[in-house]
Amino acid sequence: MKKLKVGIIGSGNIGTDLMYKIERSDALQMSVMVGIDPESEGLKRAAERGYEVVANGIDGLMEKLELVDIVFDATSAKAHKHHSELLVAAGKKVIDLTPAAIGPFTVPTVNLDEHFEKPNLNMVTCGGQATIPIVNAISRVVEVEYAEIVATVASKSAGPGTRANIDEFTHTTSKAIEQVGGAKKGKAIIILNPAEPPILMRDTVHALMADEGQEQAVIKSINDMVKEVQSYVPGYRLRGAPQFDGRKVSVFLEVEGAGDFFPPYSGNLDIMTAAAAKVANEMAKQLMAAEV
Amino acid sequence: MTQRSFEILDVTLRDGSHAMKHAFTEQHVRDTAKGLDLAGVNYFEVSHGDGLGGSSLQYGLSKVDELKLIEAAADVCKTSKVSVLLIPGIGIKEDLQEAVKAGAKMVRVATHVTEADVAAQHIALGRELGLKTVGFLMMAHMASVEKIVEQAKLFESYGAEVIYVTDSAGYMLPHEVTERISALKQSVGCEIGFHGHNNLSMAMANTVAAVEAGATYIDGSLRALGAGSGNTQTEVMVAVLERLGYSTGIDLYKIMDVANEVVAPFMQRPQEITGSSLIMGYSGVYSSFLLHTQTAAEKFGVDERDILVELGRMKAVGGQEDLIYDVAQSFAAKKAQ
Repeated sequence: MKKLKVGIIGSGNIGTDLMYKIERSDALQMSVMVGIDPESEGLKRAAERGYEVVANGIDGLMEKLELVDIVFDATSAKAHKHHSELLVAAGKKVIDLTPAAIGPFTVPTVNLDEHFEKPNLNMVTCGGQATIPIVNAISRVVEVEYAEIVATVASKSAGPGTRANIDEFTHTTSKAIEQVGGAKKGKAIIILNPAEPPILMRDTVHALMADEGQEQAVIKSINDMVKEVQSYVPGYRLRGAPQFDGRKVSVFLEVEGAGDFFPPYSGNLDIMTAAAAKVANEMAKQLMAAEV
Repeated sequence: MTQRSFEILDVTLRDGSHAMKHAFTEQHVRDTAKGLDLAGVNYFEVSHGDGLGGSSLQYGLSKVDELKLIEAAADVCKTSKVSVLLIPGIGIKEDLQEAVKAGAKMVRVATHVTEADVAAQHIALGRELGLKTVGFLMMAHMASVEKIVEQAKLFESYGAEVIYVTDSAGYMLPHEVTERISALKQSVGCEIGFHGHNNLSMAMANTVAAVEAGATYIDGSLRALGAGSGNTQTEVMVAVLERLGYSTGIDLYKIMDVANEVVAPFMQRPQEITGSSLIMGYSGVYSSFLLHTQTAAEKFGVDERDILVELGRMKAVGGQEDLIYDVAQSFAAKKAQ
């Protein structure tokens, strides 16, 4: 089967982990890693594995556009704006792992079908990828008046960008809980835990449903959704059964990463790259089916 | 007016929010604020127990919007200033801007003792808005003295004017307080504060240790109304520190009056050291977990103490209230097997 060629801008941890995930994809071919530091670990690893390497950023990539069909951006919100303008004008598909959110929020198990055609898709946040499927699983059964998520991640898995802009996580995730999850109102909380050995990412979803009485259907919908997410994040699990208290339901999750480049406790980073790879893979299948 | 030896900052209307299950009314706040103002307390805090934006299913929904409570407090103050708590990850910069519109004059930006770097933007905003800006290192028992010094230096570099050592679990003993406050006095230029909890009956002893080591901001709550077994009792602290020869600037009778005539009547339960709060202090668990643990223990038919010991073992940090229900459920499941 013909595969679509992938470029990754940003040769840091996220970009490197993504590279390993692309290698396992059935519709994508890792092609080029783009960085700005020739000495960076990510560029070295990409070169060792036989991929093209560009060390002068977007300018270098723009000279080798034939190398890519789909480009992932794992840099920063500010840089992404510039990258996206150039790449979209050149007719490339762009998947945004930064908080820039130029394109629609995309969560593979929830709204990927709506956005295949769009030139730029945004991957929300790690907490969003882990919890919005559950919010949606509830809201497809019963109206959700309010949903709140609490993401607890190991301190070691929260990079300097996340730390310096922690409010961005809150803003973006809350908005996506509403727009993608289907809750009328959303709220997001993030907690960093420095325990050693590092803890697995934990996520809790609290939702206020419009009515009681749909508990069994809600549980079934959540279980179905967990299975779907497990298709690209095998370590995505419920912790115990959903807990009901009147109209309130609380769902407890943990996310163990695949351990590609990040250690397994960094489920928060893994679910971002896994979701992005899933989106690109499905998109590639659609595009190729359309060509035939 | 005599020179004050230090500032006593009253947290009844913020830490007490935990003990009140976040059900403060405007009347409670107005009456308490008036009393604190009259007694000569320069700063007191009003917010949801978990800080601005804390009203949530995770921590408990506020009965009355905290902005209304801040406004009510600011409205009755002649000289006292209203402080707000902001925990990055829970509250956001916009919450602080709203709080300032409602009348807040001080912000205390709180992080877990090892995570100060999430607070840079919030501390900078506090300064920008002209607030007295404080960095608040929570669960200070969980880090070494060197680590606390390192994190305090970060707060200072972001612009914090005061840095607090916060014994959120009521775990610390006086010599540990002395060690931490002294180390900070030596290594940072800002003023140093101490916030205690009474889970091991050490709040007053720790407060005295902090003052003697050079702390110049000291927290207390009226009738000890706060999370867990509550805080250092403000009115008692005034008496103790005056006897030690310090000048608090606070009128003892007036602070006793607001404690006993205003706060005591609306308290939902006495601030005793119960079996659970003792275990919190003993195993180093965040004090606001107390009432959530009681609820979870009841719901799942397990011993509160087992839950708390497990949370201590797991090194849970402030804000992880969801973990209580998770742990309780897994104990219940094990019991059923």
